[in-house]
Amino acid sequence: MSHKEVKSEEQSELNITRRSVLGAGAVIAGTGIVGSQIIDPLAKTAYAAGSDAPIKIGFQAHRTGIGALYGRWYERTTNAAAKYINSIGGIAGRPIEIITEDDGTDPKRGADVVEKLATQHKVDFVFGTLFSHVVMGSAPRAGELKIPYFVVSEGYHVASGALNRYTFQPCITDVRAQISAVSGWLFNNLGKNVTLIYPDYAFGYNHRDYATAAAEKHGGKIVAKIAIPPTESSFTRYFVKIPKNTDVIYHVMVGPGVLTFVRELGEHFGPNHPQLFGFIDSLEGVNISSPGLDFLDGSYFWEAMPRYADGYDTVGSRFYRNAVGVNNSGASRSDSKDVSAYSHMFGCWETLFAIKEAVEQSGYRSKKDYSTLIETVEGFTGFNEGIAHPQGAKVFSGKTHQCYGQQFVSKVGNGKLNVIHKTSIADGMYEPETDYTKQSL
Amino acid sequence: MRKKSLVYSLFFQVGILLLLFVLQFILPTYHHSSVSKIMVLASYAVAYNFLLGYTGLMSLGHAMFFASGMYAAGLGIYYLELSALGGLLFGAGFTLVISLIFGLFALRTSGVSFLIVTLMFGQTFYLSILYFNEFTFGQDGFSLAKYLGKLVIFNREYLYSNPDIRYNFAFILLTAYLLISTFIMFSPVGRILIAIRENESRTELLGYNVFYYKLFALVLSGTFSGIAGATHALLFTYIGSTFAEIHHSISPILWTLLGGAGTVIGPFIGTGIMFYLVDFISGITSNYQLVVGVVLILMIIWFPMGIMGTLRQKWMKWLP
Repeated sequence: MSHKEVKSEEQSELNITRRSVLGAGAVIAGTGIVGSQIIDPLAKTAYAAGSDAPIKIGFQAHRTGIGALYGRWYERTTNAAAKYINSIGGIAGRPIEIITEDDGTDPKRGADVVEKLATQHKVDFVFGTLFSHVVMGSAPRAGELKIPYFVVSEGYHVASGALNRYTFQPCITDVRAQISAVSGWLFNNLGKNVTLIYPDYAFGYNHRDYATAAAEKHGGKIVAKIAIPPTESSFTRYFVKIPKNTDVIYHVMVGPGVLTFVRELGEHFGPNHPQLFGFIDSLEGVNISSPGLDFLDGSYFWEAMPRYADGYDTVGSRFYRNAVGVNNSGASRSDSKDVSAYSHMFGCWETLFAIKEAVEQSGYRSKKDYSTLIETVEGFTGFNEGIAHPQGAKVFSGKTHQCYGQQFVSKVGNGKLNVIHKTSIADGMYEPETDYTKQSL
Repeated sequence: MRKKSLVYSLFFQVGILLLLFVLQFILPTYHHSSVSKIMVLASYAVAYNFLLGYTGLMSLGHAMFFASGMYAAGLGIYYLELSALGGLLFGAGFTLVISLIFGLFALRTSGVSFLIVTLMFGQTFYLSILYFNEFTFGQDGFSLAKYLGKLVIFNREYLYSNPDIRYNFAFILLTAYLLISTFIMFSPVGRILIAIRENESRTELLGYNVFYYKLFALVLSGTFSGIAGATHALLFTYIGSTFAEIHHSISPILWTLLGGAGTVIGPFIGTGIMFYLVDFISGITSNYQLVVGVVLILMIIWFPMGIMGTLRQKWMKWLP
């Protein structure tokens, strides 16, 4: 398949998907989706004249540890969202107060942080956890304390049924949905014979398993599965295992070794290499035009929310980008070298609005209203695109406590990521495998 | 003199234990739960102290024992549908076997070599958890909450994560460890372990089989660490590879050195101080690890024998 052919199909796919997204939007609206209406930033409502204490939201932050880069941006986004929500009258007329505790990106400490936020700071809700092992370590404690716990993690653990009725992931799609959504495009546009290169632990296995399932569905073939131990620092010896008939290398390397991985991949293949498709997790916080990343030119990446402003220019996304202080290239406005975790951090912004919606619709006043609030969230069917949900519309499953949303495929060119395809929400949807509503409160 | 020391020591420890028991009725919720966790972690540190404090063997792989007890209990309950008590016993038995095998290999070395061998075994165990991901749930780990039965006391059912059950379970574990520690240290075996720590060659010359005594200390330390791990799994319901990481091997060293290596109560004091130091400073700055590190360095400089070790040197000569 020539480069030209790929480009024309990409363009065609982009058009089709736009239509399908519009169609999906109409379907969602027709089925009575819960409306996070586009909030007018000028429509301020006064706080209830001193009668109400703030709604306290505990933010479990990865300030230190392996997730610190994400944590820094999650915190900025959370503070920006809280500032904006307070500027438009808070939640149900009450201001919100964010109380942050660092979990060190460590599941052991994560459970302690949930405990501290709930029982010492006496927050109304806990939210914001990203790394899946920290969610796994913390969610049981949230369930025992019976405090609603809103995570922004991408992990499939919520939808899998591994957690509990108090844990929700309402505003960021899980890795299974992401893979399912973009794999169809990958097999139909880049090639049928795919070699998977993934880290040899849970996150990598999710990619291995769901990409394999997607290959069967779309007539593709996984010609090799190469698992790389997380402690590996040199990768060349793995590249000789890539079969010659490989059309696409699907890579999901994460961690500090990723730049070495890309450089060695480039040295191994030279200019004649299979198509490259990766997940942006590898390069969150990394300038795409950094020295050593030249080899990525012409390769493809999944993005949950396009880092570069011209890739997804909506009223909501513009407002959000400005509010958080990110420039058009996805870096901090005050420091262009400080590149954001743009494909993940929108989840914090959106989740705070989901909490706002849940509180206002359920009439939540205090902790005794938790049951009503949880049942209200479980009754949500989704959110409309807008300032509250700048990444795009979401479909929400009350059974699995998990949302579905659109995904993007971007191509590296001219030292930036250029969006070439947007999936429909339906592309990533799968049958629920659990029903949390059957668990007692 | 030794009998008098034993009596003083028992009074002192019983006093601390009584205080801990009474605290559960007055502590606010957060500190109630924190002290429960401290007691389980302190049990791990007390177990570690058998090896470092009394036998003079420093291990950098003790997280392997804690995690093997935790994983054996958790996976036993998950896959074999064992009861909670069955899981605890399975965890203890599994760790006993692991520590025995480990000891037979590792004790062929000494000094820095022993340190490196323990580190390598610990890392191998940790990476095995990641490698056998589909069986162990790898880095993400898993929650036991759904698979644990309930504890029945006088025909009433309680969750293991019930705050009162958790506190008292942890209290019983720590009490048992402290008392066993004390009696071992006042027994002839304990004196021989201390002799090995002070001068291994001279102890050997006196006719003691040093290898077997060191193996005894290691198996005891490993198994008790495993029981602490299994207890942690039951009471806090999360099982994950983080408990097998090297950090979790280093933690009991710090707790023990801070509280006083070679003192029975020192590891508990060190664990409590370290827990609250991290908890307090992390609320002020995200550089809390740096601050904690500096505090530890200063402690080691001014109190090289740890808090309880210094107290023993100056005022409490009878402290075991």
